[in-house]
Amino acid sequence: MLSRKASKDSHGQDSSYFQGWQEYEKNSYHPIQNPMGIIQMGLAENQLSFDLLESWLRRNSNTMALKKDGVSAFKDLALFQDYHGLPAFKEALVNFMTSMRGNKIKYSSDKLVLTAGATAANEILMFCLTDPGQAFILPTPYYPGFDRDLKWRTGAEIIPMHCSSSNGFRITRCALEQAYQLGQELNLKIKGVLVTNPSNPLGTTMTKTELNHLLDFAIDKNIHIVSDEIYSGTVFDSSSTTSFTSIMEVLNERNNNNYNNIRNHVHMVYSLSKDLGLPGFRVGMIYSNNEKVIAAATKMSSFALVSSQTQFLLSNLLSDAKFIKKYMVENQRRLKRRKDMLVRGLRKAGISCLRSNAGLFCWVDMRHLLSSDSFEAEKELWKRIVCEVGLNISPGSSCHCSQPGWFRICFANISEDALHLAMHRMKAFTNSIFSVRLPIIMMRKKSF
Amino acid sequence: MGLAENQVSCNTVIFWCKKSKNKEAASSSIIIIHHIYYVSHGSHVRKLLFFNNWQLSFDLLESWLAKNPDVSGFKRDGKSIFRELALFQDYHGLPLFKKALVDFMAEIRGNKVTFDPNHMVLTAGATSANETLMFCVAEEGDAFLLPTPYYPGFDRDLKWRTGVEIVPIQCTSSNNFRITESALEQAYQDARKRNLRVKGVLVTNPSNPLGTTLSRNEFDLLVDFIKDKETMHLISDEIYSGTVFSSPSFVSVMEILKEMTPNDAAKIWNRVHVVYSLSKDLGLPGFRVGAIYSENDAVVAAATKMSSFGLVSSQTQYLLAAMLSDNKFTKKYISENQKRLRRRQRMLVTGLQKAGIKCLKSNAGLFCWVDMRHLLCSNTFEAEMELWKKIVYQVGLNISPGSSCHCSEPGWFRVCFANMSQDTLNVAMKRVKNFVTDSTGAECGSSSACFTKSFSNWVFRLSSRDHRAPEER
Repeated sequence: MLSRKASKDSHGQDSSYFQGWQEYEKNSYHPIQNPMGIIQMGLAENQLSFDLLESWLRRNSNTMALKKDGVSAFKDLALFQDYHGLPAFKEALVNFMTSMRGNKIKYSSDKLVLTAGATAANEILMFCLTDPGQAFILPTPYYPGFDRDLKWRTGAEIIPMHCSSSNGFRITRCALEQAYQLGQELNLKIKGVLVTNPSNPLGTTMTKTELNHLLDFAIDKNIHIVSDEIYSGTVFDSSSTTSFTSIMEVLNERNNNNYNNIRNHVHMVYSLSKDLGLPGFRVGMIYSNNEKVIAAATKMSSFALVSSQTQFLLSNLLSDAKFIKKYMVENQRRLKRRKDMLVRGLRKAGISCLRSNAGLFCWVDMRHLLSSDSFEAEKELWKRIVCEVGLNISPGSSCHCSQPGWFRICFANISEDALHLAMHRMKAFTNSIFSVRLPIIMMRKKSF
Repeated sequence: MGLAENQVSCNTVIFWCKKSKNKEAASSSIIIIHHIYYVSHGSHVRKLLFFNNWQLSFDLLESWLAKNPDVSGFKRDGKSIFRELALFQDYHGLPLFKKALVDFMAEIRGNKVTFDPNHMVLTAGATSANETLMFCVAEEGDAFLLPTPYYPGFDRDLKWRTGVEIVPIQCTSSNNFRITESALEQAYQDARKRNLRVKGVLVTNPSNPLGTTLSRNEFDLLVDFIKDKETMHLISDEIYSGTVFSSPSFVSVMEILKEMTPNDAAKIWNRVHVVYSLSKDLGLPGFRVGAIYSENDAVVAAATKMSSFGLVSSQTQYLLAAMLSDNKFTKKYISENQKRLRRRQRMLVTGLQKAGIKCLKSNAGLFCWVDMRHLLCSNTFEAEMELWKKIVYQVGLNISPGSSCHCSEPGWFRVCFANMSQDTLNVAMKRVKNFVTDSTGAECGSSSACFTKSFSNWVFRLSSRDHRAPEER
């Protein structure tokens, strides 16, 4: 009676990513009401800097009341449903993006399409760039939501490109070629590569070398690149080697005959859900030089427009350049501090993390805690951590990681006290394992 | 100046103006599109009036907002809830908002039916709701039957990304465009001939563009049609349900279900779905608030997950939860709004009557379905296009030709009445009267040649299916 899409589990929501969430919902930690409950460390939300936003709102109460220069903009906003978006908002957004990325590229608002969140943006891009049955290559590990967002209603396929800890999960030309080969073997037409930069779940930014590999590969195979840069504002550690470089910047530096073609094949996704911590407001966007993509995506955004009330509020917020600059600097400082707390706390528990410079989470190495080098063992360990230790974290298998034992742990969505408690619990847990397994672990290390 | 003085010239120039230079234009919502289309004939510039946005009762909404500043200030009982809202992205929706919305929907239906918030899915507008329902109940290549004339946007919303086909149920003026058994059967057969599997019927009730509510007889036909075809669904887009301003009163498909015998209801209760939105009743299309309502748990479950692709902003959910929970306000709003609509519709109908133009008798909606067949040069769609161009150029009114709504008979037009000031409506009526007076006795085809020569493509886009359909709904 219903469609296959509605009936099957093709929505991809039965993965452990969502199951852990459900466990958390049943037994949520609360410092007073439920101190033994599960601490939510599986949610990549930025809750660190709301006080800054709230103080801006208090100083600008007119904006919330939908007033501009004392005059009510309510009627105009209530009627505004133009899928080209509120011009003032788009201007504010491109200025924000330009300054946030070090003014290396000037973004322009006519290349921007607004969508209700990056979820909608990614799906719309798939509808624009693929036909059912065609595929995109994604480096693993990747955000579990992509299985639903990219594939479910579009009929597109994902070919995983397996990255490994041997080189810090970096993208290599070789891995790209292998994934492409796999696609051919499966008789799938590859339409492009989708990367998340900075990476979710790794928390690392792509190097210029990686970005250039990607561009070369896309030029060679004549395919698209989609760069989901939703975490670009969360880069908290930017030395010259680890700062954020957008795909658009690297594209801009290309100056050869192939430029025009590849220029039309590179598309970026962004959102205010992570940088500003506003996932509830549903603000996402597609950015592309390709006019056809922009035209089609603009029409498709009819199915996912951003509320004009929200566009108005945020256009005023983002236009306050002084405030935004201060916010971004302070936000990044707080993120770094939290990440350092998590890394230190885990280290005390004998657990190391992948070295990261961005994101709202760490990619944590618990391979040494596995009873065997297998995904079953990973699942076992994960269940223990959720139910016994009381931490909802995301197992690497839910992110399609090719190696068992890696977990994503979020640090920006809980209070400092909850983080301390989580680390305390973790230490107790590993102590208990080590005290039992110490002889075994020592044997393992010898034969490594 | 009058229409009589406008010389049709081959140097017709159309240019765009970025800002609204006068208050009149601003109040007629042209500013929403950020352009004003000016049509010039020789040295005369005539402002093209758009009839496609709603604004009769904003004063009531604005005054509520002024009395409730805390709500837009993200405050509840004096405390800031900004953080809570900013983080809230649960696709089950803000419970307070869903409760307020179902209560509002019940109120509109005279509380003859009640809705369960757990059976409601919030979506970014009815545009998203309709597409999502298609994804849930139909495969690519399946078909839905739609009575004509229908809202042009459906060609995109129901078909584009879903791959679903629309097969028209041809309704005609011979019986005031009511759905008949033979038309339903004919549509079904047409689909079969095209090898299309029919997954159901989608109706808009009250109808866009007709402005009429479905009769009980039509409901009986529809129910009988899907009752024994176990894979067929009935979708009722009730986006205009709050705009019913005169009798017969509005009957929702949910009411029909409720009145059925348990046996009959059991056959179809899980194949009937309702689409709603606040874009027409509250005049808030910019806020993107739509909903799917269904008793079918599987549809609700799937649609809820799909709503991730078009969630309603939590900021907006919170504001409207507070507004719709104010029962005193909603009661007053619904009745005052309907009163104003009734008055405006009367004005339009009377104005057109004075020009010798009749409308289909209507009791709902923000528009009238206008009979201009007698002004056609010939009973063809080419003649309809010619007439439409004249109305755009000479009269300076943007109205929707019936062909854009897939009407099977040439000569019908949809004319909106709720999106401009009373004065503007008066101006429009005067222009129409003058136009009719002038064109009576004028030769057909004499002026159209020049139009066709200099007619540029973008003007076609004004009323074609392909343009900014959301504004044309």
